Amino acid sequence: MAKVIEGLYYAESHEYVRVEGNIGYVGITDYAQEQLGNVVYVDTPEVGDSVAAGEEFGAVESVKAASDLISPVSGEVLEVNEALADAPELVNEDAFNNWIIKVELSDLSELDNLLNAEAYSNLCGE
Amino acid sequence: MNNTYYNKLVFELSKAGRQGFSLPTNEFEGCYSIPNEIKRNDPPLLPEADEQTVVRHYTNMSNNNFGVDTGFYPLGSCTMKYNPKINEENADHPAFRQLHPLAPASAVQGALEVYYNTQKMLSEIGGMSEFTLNPFAGAHGELTGLMVIRNFHIKRGDLKRTKIIIPDSAHGTNPASAAVCGLEVVEVKSNENGTVDVEALRPLLGDDVAGMMMTNPNTLGIFETQIPEIAKMVHECGGLMYYDGANLNALLGVCRPGDMGFDVMHINLHKTFSTPHGGGGPGAGPIGVRQGLENYLPNPQVKKNDDGSFFVDYSSDSLGSISGFFGNFSVVLRAYTFLLSCGKENFAKMGSLAVLNANYIKEMLKDDYELPIGGLCKHEFVFNGLKDKSQHVTTLDVAKRLLDYGFHAPTIYFPLLFHEALMIEPTETESKDTIDGFIKVMKEIAKEAAENPELVKTAPHNTPISRVDDVKAVKEPKLTFKF
Repeated sequence: MAKVIEGLYYAESHEYVRVEGNIGYVGITDYAQEQLGNVVYVDTPEVGDSVAAGEEFGAVESVKAASDLISPVSGEVLEVNEALADAPELVNEDAFNNWIIKVELSDLSELDNLLNAEAYSNLCGE
Repeated sequence: MNNTYYNKLVFELSKAGRQGFSLPTNEFEGCYSIPNEIKRNDPPLLPEADEQTVVRHYTNMSNNNFGVDTGFYPLGSCTMKYNPKINEENADHPAFRQLHPLAPASAVQGALEVYYNTQKMLSEIGGMSEFTLNPFAGAHGELTGLMVIRNFHIKRGDLKRTKIIIPDSAHGTNPASAAVCGLEVVEVKSNENGTVDVEALRPLLGDDVAGMMMTNPNTLGIFETQIPEIAKMVHECGGLMYYDGANLNALLGVCRPGDMGFDVMHINLHKTFSTPHGGGGPGAGPIGVRQGLENYLPNPQVKKNDDGSFFVDYSSDSLGSISGFFGNFSVVLRAYTFLLSCGKENFAKMGSLAVLNANYIKEMLKDDYELPIGGLCKHEFVFNGLKDKSQHVTTLDVAKRLLDYGFHAPTIYFPLLFHEALMIEPTETESKDTIDGFIKVMKEIAKEAAENPELVKTAPHNTPISRVDDVKAVKEPKLTFKF
């Protein structure tokens, strides 16, 4: 059974955001990495790009499929997890600690549209 | 018996000084001069081997191959039907093989007649007004078809139609072709029946829509029953309907894309019309258009004079040339042979038999494999992995285990609508005995997955190469041999 962590915000498209003040760390969930299988490439935006809630910001390629990454939040990309360029398998090893982008959140009210851990667990359990 | 020694690369079998030929003495030595700057400094790195070693190497390699001539190949979405050998015989006929593409029309009337007749037959099969045989493959046909749609709008001065609507179940080539054509892809969702959600489509339509691409039956093997309504909606907003012919096999002899409201379509000759497929083809992706769009087809076009002779025409409204000369002539010749050798009366049975075979397998296996969308399918269907997932045996494991039993694996992890997609398309050319053999093996694998899951998870065991590390293959590909 895939892990779901309390305190994070989840999107139905299987991304999470961990919020610290007005900074959000966005990645894919443990359930998403489990479904994708071995991740072989993570396509990320560049620092300074802006992302919008519900819009694509990159892609994850696994041996099974390539899936778009949909941002759960809007804002400017402050940092990209460079480690994933050489070691995309980190996403499989620990999806929640290996975030993909760090975003300066432009609209905290967007978080209200996301799921909490319980609601997301239910979604995956279906 | 397959000796693995000869499976090594031919370079690894090389021994210095060994050769399988003897050249006559060069009588012209000294009679020519090669400028120093183009002379090579080192001899080329070619393998040195005797004829017998070379023959054994390639014969052994060919024995490791699996094709429609070897066994059942239920690769969903690919229509791996048998390719009759008479197709090859005709394609190899010197009268065709030795034609020059620049020969004057008067000297190649026979070849032009083949082209003209094939255009007419495909037009009748597709319910279209005219066909071009120039595109080299399915996706090339898609691009050409979209260019026709684009040109149609541009020529009428309607420049704002830049969007193309594509269902979420579509083949990946659809959005790719649209992007190459400079169109913006708008995705429309499927409903729970696996077909296009008409209510989700409605708000996407407007005066910026160039058209909509659809595969029918769709990639789940389900017939889009609302197609007349969808076509009407798209036409009312001013867009055109594009038919992806990947799954045309299901409809043969039963119904036609043109009658469903499609304006432009492509056909994969290497699927539906039994020309070689996979491993380099070559393929062909003819496109057809409804009345009024003929002049937009690529040049050159083959037409018939009133006196019954044939000529090559160039339309000024044409989108231009999309291939060298006339495309893959020998592939068209194979498809033409197939059409004539089947005859109209047998051709009409193909779709129904393909659908019957798929439904038979689906019904026989649905207690062992999860069938996410029930009911009648068309020429193919999708399981969502094993019904019993308690042993964590995946679709990949099932596919690998099938190889041990001498069957080609079905398409896996496509379409993306289900996590464990396993897509089976038997085609009409398989006997009931072959299909029953496949069903028996699939049931056996389901049993193994429950009783001895390790056996399935570590498959294949009987193939020349056991399970490959596909992650390593993607991350550290070795594409060249290092001396």
